[in-house]
Amino acid sequence: MFDDGPRPLVQVQDLRMYFPIFSGIFRRHTGDVKAVDGISFDIVEGETLGLVGESGCGKSTVGRALLRLYNITSGRVIIDGEDVASLGPEALRKKRPTMQMVFQDPQASLNPRMTLARIIGEPLNEHTDWSTARKLDRIYELMDAVGLNRRFANRYPHEFSGGQRQRIGIARALALNPKFIVCDEPIAALDVSIQAQVVNLLEDLQEKLGLTYLFISHDLSMVRHIADRVAVMYLGRIAELSPRDPLYAKPLHPYAEALLSAVNEPDPVRAANRRRIILTGDVPSPANPPKGCNFCTRCPKVFDRCRTEKPELREVETGRFVACHLFDDKPQAAGSTGASEANERNQQGVTQ
Amino acid sequence: MLTYILRRLLVAIPTLILISIVIFLLVDLAPGSPASEIPLTVPPEVRARILESLGVNEPIHVRYLLWAKQFFWTEPLHGIDAAFGTDWAGDSQRLISYQSRVPVFAYIWQRLPQTLTVIGSAYLLAVLIALPIGIYSAYRQYSWFDQVGTFVSMIGFSVPTFFTGLLMIMLFTTKLGLFPSIFDTNLRVTDWSSFLKMLHQMTLPVVVLALFNAAEISRYTRSSVLENLGLDYVRTARAKGLSERKVILKHVLRNSLIPVVTVIALGMPTIFAGAIVTEQVFKINGIGAALIGAIVANDLPVVVTIAFITAVLIVFFNLIADILYGILDPRIRYD
Repeated sequence: MFDDGPRPLVQVQDLRMYFPIFSGIFRRHTGDVKAVDGISFDIVEGETLGLVGESGCGKSTVGRALLRLYNITSGRVIIDGEDVASLGPEALRKKRPTMQMVFQDPQASLNPRMTLARIIGEPLNEHTDWSTARKLDRIYELMDAVGLNRRFANRYPHEFSGGQRQRIGIARALALNPKFIVCDEPIAALDVSIQAQVVNLLEDLQEKLGLTYLFISHDLSMVRHIADRVAVMYLGRIAELSPRDPLYAKPLHPYAEALLSAVNEPDPVRAANRRRIILTGDVPSPANPPKGCNFCTRCPKVFDRCRTEKPELREVETGRFVACHLFDDKPQAAGSTGASEANERNQQGVTQ
Repeated sequence: MLTYILRRLLVAIPTLILISIVIFLLVDLAPGSPASEIPLTVPPEVRARILESLGVNEPIHVRYLLWAKQFFWTEPLHGIDAAFGTDWAGDSQRLISYQSRVPVFAYIWQRLPQTLTVIGSAYLLAVLIALPIGIYSAYRQYSWFDQVGTFVSMIGFSVPTFFTGLLMIMLFTTKLGLFPSIFDTNLRVTDWSSFLKMLHQMTLPVVVLALFNAAEISRYTRSSVLENLGLDYVRTARAKGLSERKVILKHVLRNSLIPVVTVIALGMPTIFAGAIVTEQVFKINGIGAALIGAIVANDLPVVVTIAFITAVLIVFFNLIADILYGILDPRIRYD
């Protein structure tokens, strides 16, 4: 849209994913859980977009909707030039090799009755007409790429450790040379010592194969490590979408600020001075979000307009998109920087 | 695997001995006498001699051991003799029914074909209709099909067969005159027309029993498929770009059939034991009817033998189910 640099591989426009609620004796359609409520973003080829937010904010739903593992309610998801959201079943099946997913739970995402070789090889059976020998070569190649011993090919998933299973999941995702991979909390179910291995593996593969990632996680420091840009989600909407370093240095959206203040600080001296912003109250139900800004019920900087009007995601500084009324009346990016800085100091003073 | 099977078979021996003692004691302690079916016109001293000749006056441990000897030793020898024309058993005493004075195994052997054809085909039919219904109900959860399926299986589950059986007879025999209500045991299938006749007379009992069994199996299938459909590996399979058919038949079905196969295997012994009630309703003289008749007449050898064979089959099919489980699910290993 606005890019003059590398072309976006993934363009998401006004994506909505509502899950209908049926209730009453006749199970009438009485409402929707608005898991994803109108979000738009682009992912540039070769980049990693981190997607963070608390539990239940719709992160995983975005990932699944992008790959059309759900039939989305409305919006467009253009991946590599084609709108995935509107493809027919057969065209979608042909499109699958381009986009893949690494799942959160490496145990549950592997069919317990298939051996490793069959799990990794199945996409090849489905989408290629290679000979058995060539497929086996590819399986071994993939196993090498993710650091699995070739001897393991005929074992079943339950015979592996969590980290190894996640490697199987990654090898499976890579089998058909995808361009875009959604990593749906790929490290959440793993030991801390294994997390680093898997994340490094993902980074190496990205470098080698030129992959594009959507990295969904609630682990803020891991996202800081791997992502180029980060989107912060709250209750089905993007609160802030910024390049990594400016975001972690100075989050603009009040929710992003509160969320990032929860990152642990390894340095004890700095940790002692760390100011945490503690949000009060609960996340509103996505079935019945607030009328105005979704965050208005818990926002420390809330004012009247927030309760009546939903803020749109707009660019307030170069490359930084924020959905907050605090930044609305600042026409210039430069002006907004100064204002927000001042604002932030005030805020920290207040909450201290 | 082999050592596991052998160990299970060894464990089964004491279990079965205990079961046989319990069955024997239960039947023996039950009120009633084998003489109760002898007409009252028979003089008391004759009656006493009849009882004496049946051996019922011996102490219970003697009778149990005699039964056990006949069941485990004499009868197998007679069976081998009948099969291979040898003469190992000689003229040793066989296990004789009090009621009909026929060897118990000959009696069971006469009754078995009716039970196997009717109950067996009902079970087969039940499995064949239950699996697709269960799978499709789960795949389209809360659809009309699922709602109707749930309703029908609830009825099949909760309405006893003597009721559905009588209802069917009233409807199809009395009102419409389409099917016979009595099963003709003398019918021999020799050609095409007698085969059709057999099918015709089997229809009602088979449908009644199949409804009952299918209700249970389809419920198990539905819940098992539902459980698997929500798992991540199904999402993985879809993400791989497999066709929906392959996702369901290859990934979901194979995993969800593991518990269903167990349920089906554990239901197998009932094919032998017969459906006591259904056989009674449709006058099929199978094993179930034989058991009821023997219980009424206090025919201890027949009751004990049928009950014990059923127990053996249950133990056996339990083992089969466990072995199948090990084959179907690579996560389970017996060694």
